[in-house]
Amino acid sequence: MEEILNQYETVHPSDATIWFKAGKIEDFPTNRGGCIKYKNKQIAIFNFARRNEWYACQNACPHKMEMVLARGMTGSTDDIPKIACPMHKKTFSLVDGSNLNGDDFKIATYPVKVVENEVFVGFLD
Amino acid sequence: MIRVIVVGNGMVGYKFCEKFVAKSGQEKYQITVFGEEPRRAYDRVHLSEYFGGKTADDLSLSTTEWYAQNNITLNTSELITDINREEKTIHTHLEKTHTYDYLVLATGSSAFVPPIDGVEKEGVFVYRTIEDLDAIMAYAKKIKQKGATEAAVLGGGLLGLEAAKAVRDLGLNPHVVEFAPRLMPRQLDKGASDMLQSKIEELNIGIHLNKATQYIDGKERITGMMFADDELLKVDMLVISAGIKPRDELARVSGLEVGLRGGVVVNNQMQTSDPSIFAIGEVALYNQNIYGLVAPGYEMADVAAEQILNGSKTMRETIDMSTQLKLIGVEVASFGDPFVENNDVTAIIYENKLSGIYKRINVTKDSKTLLGGILVGDSSDYNSLFQIYSNAMALPKNPEDLILGSRDGSEGSSLGSVLDLPDTAVICSCENVTKGSICCSLLDETCSNFSDVVKHTKATSGCGGCKPMVSDLVKATQKSLGKEVKDVICEHFSYTRQELFDLVKINKYENFYEVIDHHGKGDGCEVCKPVVASIFSSIYNDTANKHVTTQDTNDRFLANIQRNGTYSVVPRVAGGEITAEKLIVIGEVAKQFDLYTKITGAQRVDLFGAHLSDLPKIWKILIDNGFESGHAYGKSLRAVKSCVGNAWCRYGMDDSAGFAIELENRYKGIRSPHKLKGGVSACIRECAEARGKDFGLIAVEGGWNLYIAGNGGANPKHAVLLAEKIDKETVIKYMDRYLMYYIRTAGPLVRTATWLEKLDGGLEYLKEVIIEDSLGICETLEAEMQTLVNTFECEWKQVLEKPRLLKRFNHFVNSEEKDDNVVFVPLRDQKAPKAWS
Repeated sequence: MEEILNQYETVHPSDATIWFKAGKIEDFPTNRGGCIKYKNKQIAIFNFARRNEWYACQNACPHKMEMVLARGMTGSTDDIPKIACPMHKKTFSLVDGSNLNGDDFKIATYPVKVVENEVFVGFLD
Repeated sequence: MIRVIVVGNGMVGYKFCEKFVAKSGQEKYQITVFGEEPRRAYDRVHLSEYFGGKTADDLSLSTTEWYAQNNITLNTSELITDINREEKTIHTHLEKTHTYDYLVLATGSSAFVPPIDGVEKEGVFVYRTIEDLDAIMAYAKKIKQKGATEAAVLGGGLLGLEAAKAVRDLGLNPHVVEFAPRLMPRQLDKGASDMLQSKIEELNIGIHLNKATQYIDGKERITGMMFADDELLKVDMLVISAGIKPRDELARVSGLEVGLRGGVVVNNQMQTSDPSIFAIGEVALYNQNIYGLVAPGYEMADVAAEQILNGSKTMRETIDMSTQLKLIGVEVASFGDPFVENNDVTAIIYENKLSGIYKRINVTKDSKTLLGGILVGDSSDYNSLFQIYSNAMALPKNPEDLILGSRDGSEGSSLGSVLDLPDTAVICSCENVTKGSICCSLLDETCSNFSDVVKHTKATSGCGGCKPMVSDLVKATQKSLGKEVKDVICEHFSYTRQELFDLVKINKYENFYEVIDHHGKGDGCEVCKPVVASIFSSIYNDTANKHVTTQDTNDRFLANIQRNGTYSVVPRVAGGEITAEKLIVIGEVAKQFDLYTKITGAQRVDLFGAHLSDLPKIWKILIDNGFESGHAYGKSLRAVKSCVGNAWCRYGMDDSAGFAIELENRYKGIRSPHKLKGGVSACIRECAEARGKDFGLIAVEGGWNLYIAGNGGANPKHAVLLAEKIDKETVIKYMDRYLMYYIRTAGPLVRTATWLEKLDGGLEYLKEVIIEDSLGICETLEAEMQTLVNTFECEWKQVLEKPRLLKRFNHFVNSEEKDDNVVFVPLRDQKAPKAWS
């Protein structure tokens, strides 16, 4: 299972070398997630329309390694945008991937940019 | 700049300024105030506290800075001598002239001095201003040094009794002299007056009723009062407090219309006969009356301020003269019509001479309406009674409970909860603050405690009589907000689920973001979103398809997510009764999609291991073969378990299977705070385990026993008996009410057993509500339930009929593939997810 998590590492916007075209804006539902496949990775992308922001993170729940985060519920805690895992309701910051309910488990986040109608996710490789 | 000149710097003149500067649009106006007294406006209502050691500054209503901050020019010790209405100017005794656009006369009143021979003699005072009080104090000191001890107060009204207390505080023996046959003749009846008199006499204050004063005895200074019955009362000082006389001399000299017995005539906009001149407070003659109370004066101030600023507010037709006071340590109150006596009215009177309590309420013969009343000795009921009276609220079964207290042993005030008052109920009549504005200031979080509320609404800052009620309201509102028992939904909503339910229903909100924008904050979360989605379902019977974004994961995909992120599928098998054909269909589906199958604890077949993207295909087959969604994923009715019933069972007393199917079909799809399960057993052997369910029915001789609020699970709870031997129709009636009442009032994810445990009054109360209809809501509950029943839709059918709804069942946005992470392992001839490491 470790190998699943090892695939995912946070990418900072300035470090991104590859901007992968994930789809068009309308391919993603608003205020919830959509999952994309990039090489062997599953990435959850959130069109957080209420905040007019886009976020991306690993789709794997870091707790039980299931590919479900895109099916979770978006929300906020103290104004931090977050995603609640549908499995056991752990919630993660969509900004820095930290677990908002505790110190264990963290998720990798990825930069998203929207150019005209298209949604891109930034990767290192 | 538009110039507004206010003549008079008393409580009402000050209130005018305060109201004026608080209103919008006043920036274009310049206010100038003239007062003949040397100080800022002060609280005349509490004037006698001046004797108790309060200083003029303590009584002051505002600060010098306040006037400066609000750009108001205050001229004290300056008297207006005349008005030139044509040129719109005023003239002061300092020979100054000022121009106005609007003039407000708030000159108030002076003490009324009856035309008695000798009132000009030394030692005769009026009781009106701080200067009067200073003079009284100085004179009292002087005569005391000469050994004089007796002083009279002319007038046994409110102010007279206040003055008597003041005189006593100065160390003299007061005598109250009243022309009428009773004390406070405008507020009290004979019985109340007698009671008050005996209380006052206990304090060594002489009461002389029915006394017409002929002349004031003495050469230069007063030595006694001679009454018409030739009795002489020897006193060395007299304080006259026999009523008020409007200060209308300025109006008179400038030709404004005045009343026969004084007072500047005003219309309901507070305009005098000259439309640019207003009159407010005790100088104003409105509806042929002068109102000597501060509350109507304050309301007049508000009306005049509105009118000048082009507002539309007008003075109400009838002015309430209710009062509550503590006179010489004796509580006295009167409200509404205290005297009314005719064939349609019953006066209920309680008198206890031992404890000095007299209470009277005037109630219509049909015991439905409270018309007025009097309280002496104990006025603690005043606030409740006044609210019942002024809001024409329903009276208790026995109206005497209002003054005697409930005698059946139960605690609680006659009013019930202060929250029962209508929002329009005026709690603080001095400042005209309603219950609505007090509660709102807490609900919208402008205020968080009593002192915030006082500061924000100004309630209690007038006479202070409403303090207990404001405090009760603050407490009750905070309690309802969960301030004491924190049962608000989450950080985004400071409401309980029940409150949110009502907010959604009343405001007809249809999506989550409307609700959070109006009543919450932030973006919502995994806690509040499903709650609101469930509320929408309970009110509109919206299926989960309408609120995909805010539905919890199972409702979002209309299936239960399992260990490896695959789903299980449970078609409805009402009552557990199923045909061979349908069993075959389920078997075929399981085979085709390689699903693990299991009979559930609720008499259905569960199909596990379905990929997200296979769900629509599976459901297509099921629906084509007559199945529908079993809502196994929802906080909704799961199943109604049944035994085999009298059709096959040799003990069966009724058709339990048939009734279970009927009930399951009736309540299917209905969203609730938590999942619901039911059971129907055909005899007391209870093969359906009906008493371990949220509702359970057991057939007995003569009908059905209806049990409620049980459950299995982690904290098993046996259901309790709600009604015995009832027919099917009654079962459904009670069930509708019970379920709907639960749906409306339970907290999120609270099952029926916990809900009933927390319900104040418990099962007995619930019986009253849903069987006896004690709240009068049964019809509504039934209608609401019937609407839900009538509007059922299978949400899987909806999905299949609308291709755009299918999109959410793809695992990837950019690929048709299934989740490649899912791994199964063999399990007893079937399969299971690979175990978590």
